[in-house]
Amino acid sequence: MSKKENFLKGFFKENPIFVFLLGMCPALATTSTFETALGMGILVVFVLTMSNIVVSLLRNLIPNDVRTPSYIVVIATFVTIVGMLTEWKAYALYEALGVFIPLIVVNCLILGRAESFASKNKVVDSAIDGLGMGLGFTFALVVIGFVRELLSTGSIMYGNYLPFFVDKPIYLFTFDWLIDGVVYLINLIPNISILVNGSIEDVAIPMFALPAGAFIALGLILSFIQSKQVKKAEKLEAERKALIAEKRRIALEKKKAAALKKVGESA
Amino acid sequence: MSWTVFVAAIISSMLINNVILMRFLGICPFLGVSKKSSSAVGMSAAVLFVMVIATAVTYTIYDLVLFPFDIPYISTIAFILVIASLVQFVEMIMKKYSKSLYKALGIYLPLITTNCAILGVAEGNITGVWTETMPYFNGLLLSVSNAVGTGLGFGLILFAFSSVRERLDSSNIPKAWAGVPISLVVAGIMSLAFAGLVGVI
Repeated sequence: MSKKENFLKGFFKENPIFVFLLGMCPALATTSTFETALGMGILVVFVLTMSNIVVSLLRNLIPNDVRTPSYIVVIATFVTIVGMLTEWKAYALYEALGVFIPLIVVNCLILGRAESFASKNKVVDSAIDGLGMGLGFTFALVVIGFVRELLSTGSIMYGNYLPFFVDKPIYLFTFDWLIDGVVYLINLIPNISILVNGSIEDVAIPMFALPAGAFIALGLILSFIQSKQVKKAEKLEAERKALIAEKRRIALEKKKAAALKKVGESA
Repeated sequence: MSWTVFVAAIISSMLINNVILMRFLGICPFLGVSKKSSSAVGMSAAVLFVMVIATAVTYTIYDLVLFPFDIPYISTIAFILVIASLVQFVEMIMKKYSKSLYKALGIYLPLITTNCAILGVAEGNITGVWTETMPYFNGLLLSVSNAVGTGLGFGLILFAFSSVRERLDSSNIPKAWAGVPISLVVAGIMSLAFAGLVGVI
């Protein structure tokens, strides 16, 4: 496997959440907004990359019988560091994620990568694997967070929890812009003037910010992915059947030709 | 503290702040072990058992060791090690003294170390229950009642959900929804029902 493939496999082919259903607890609990999902993803990327590097460095020193506890200690150390850094730099995110920061320790994804990849591979490969898998995890979290925030408020905010690059919370996207644009365009037509009261938040579905919405939103996304897979499998199946039918036809024709030949010879 | 506090803690952590549907802890066994009612019951019994012991031990360690020695920041590392060794220890004791219990719960025990509900309850008790002025035994009892309620809530939902899933298996579901997606939507509807209990206590 090349380094590029190793890096990219976590995004689609071996995505931890969408394909392997690993680390479902943070995928449901921290995705009520786009920003908390992104924050959680960044923490996991850091912990996963660092723990993969350290496990890979120590892979010849750790006895096989006590490897799981040793990996857990390595992971827990980095989780503690990350928790302290978050409390210092992004206190709002620390408050919002709450117990899910220490719970990164028991995220099956991280222990799984340490066990199945980092303990058998060289340092650079393990680091790339950790980075790729972590970013794939982040990608999945951000997709879920994006869908949930868009459905529950009608807009995407940035700056509430991650106080980087911006001074105060800003809208990354909101349906109000679209509505305003359409209203503006309609008002350009002479003799027509319309006015829209209220904002998109009045018609959004706040249920998607609640725990119930997390389950339903993730179910929707997974069913979408599964429908793609089902379609692909059906297409493959149809191709296979066509191939078999073609082979059968050829075999039948050969048989016919042989039989005709036989008849010709006997006659 | 009067006994009503403990009863309220049990009911609150069992029904109102349900561990699976409201706090999203232990989703992996929820999706993985809930295909049959019998394995759901075994798993939840094992979780309840380990959760109560782990909570008592971690609370004691935090109150009597980590805090007096001024190293509370190490709690995550200490707790996960305690839980991992505790699970191993419980498994060994069960194997020696109660063969029947080991047969019933044994296969679920290794899964429990990475079950986030156990560590989540232990951490939650430190942030929610523990204070500097709380007497040791009161805090311990309150944490243990939280753990009992959480374990019972876990079992309740796992059993209810596995019963739903047994029915789902025999029904005709569109291919795109079969398996995990429809289970998640079922869980969402259950969660919506439990959201109605918010604010009862």
